[in-house]
Amino acid sequence: MKYAIQINEGPYQHQATDTAYHFAKAALEKGHEISRVFLYHDGVNNSTRITTPPQDDRHIVNRWAELAEKHNLDMVVCVAAAQRRGIVDDGEAQRNGKDATNIHPAFRISGLGQLIEAAVESDRLMVFGD
Amino acid sequence: MSDIKKFMYVNRRAPYGTVYALESLEVVLIGAAFDQDVSLAFIGDGVFQLKAGQNGSDSDQKNFSPIYQALGDYDVTKLYVEKESLEERGLTLEDLMPLTYEDEDDDYEEKDSIRVISRAEMTDLLDQQDVLFNF
Repeated sequence: MKYAIQINEGPYQHQATDTAYHFAKAALEKGHEISRVFLYHDGVNNSTRITTPPQDDRHIVNRWAELAEKHNLDMVVCVAAAQRRGIVDDGEAQRNGKDATNIHPAFRISGLGQLIEAAVESDRLMVFGD
Repeated sequence: MSDIKKFMYVNRRAPYGTVYALESLEVVLIGAAFDQDVSLAFIGDGVFQLKAGQNGSDSDQKNFSPIYQALGDYDVTKLYVEKESLEERGLTLEDLMPLTYEDEDDDYEEKDSIRVISRAEMTDLLDQQDVLFNF
């Protein structure tokens, strides 16, 4: 089965991204395909490399990055949602005159069309959030 | 691109307390370019999104309700509103914005986009979809 994953809530505040992670990991281990992970609403906050949880807690951002590297996952952050919430890559920093970036290199910023495309081309869209 | 799928955007929240309603509309507008079979559902507090006479100025928020009136121009013409959700909130169809579209298959006759359906009908409709976006 080919799955697309949408995450609508931020890290630590809400379990959505944890559940999505464990779903993705289990699906991949069973031989399923994850066509795309798409971060929307406060879910875009799962992509900042500045995240620093206490040492005895899970590192949600790095955990996604490691899974993505292992399975070559395409992890996309919605540009409009990211701009509202201050998630910035080099291109966005230049375009909007910002003095810093904070996105983790495992993620890329793109448009909502990527979410629709993933929903069209996958067997299932799994939405994680309230 | 694969075959046309039935896309339904399920709106469950009031328009201004959280950003979900506004960001749902942004997905609907982008998604309209993908030529899928699109409909919107309004259940629970989501029915407030269609209320007439919205004004966000006292809370410093943009009144984005005119976007719903533009949906017809994007060929988004099926807005299903759950009857029980309206009734539970003391609302009727008359409290909602009049939303219409021009039916290009019927000599561009102006038709209502809002269709009030029962909870049971909504259940069947949800069951028929290929893709559900929850907001």
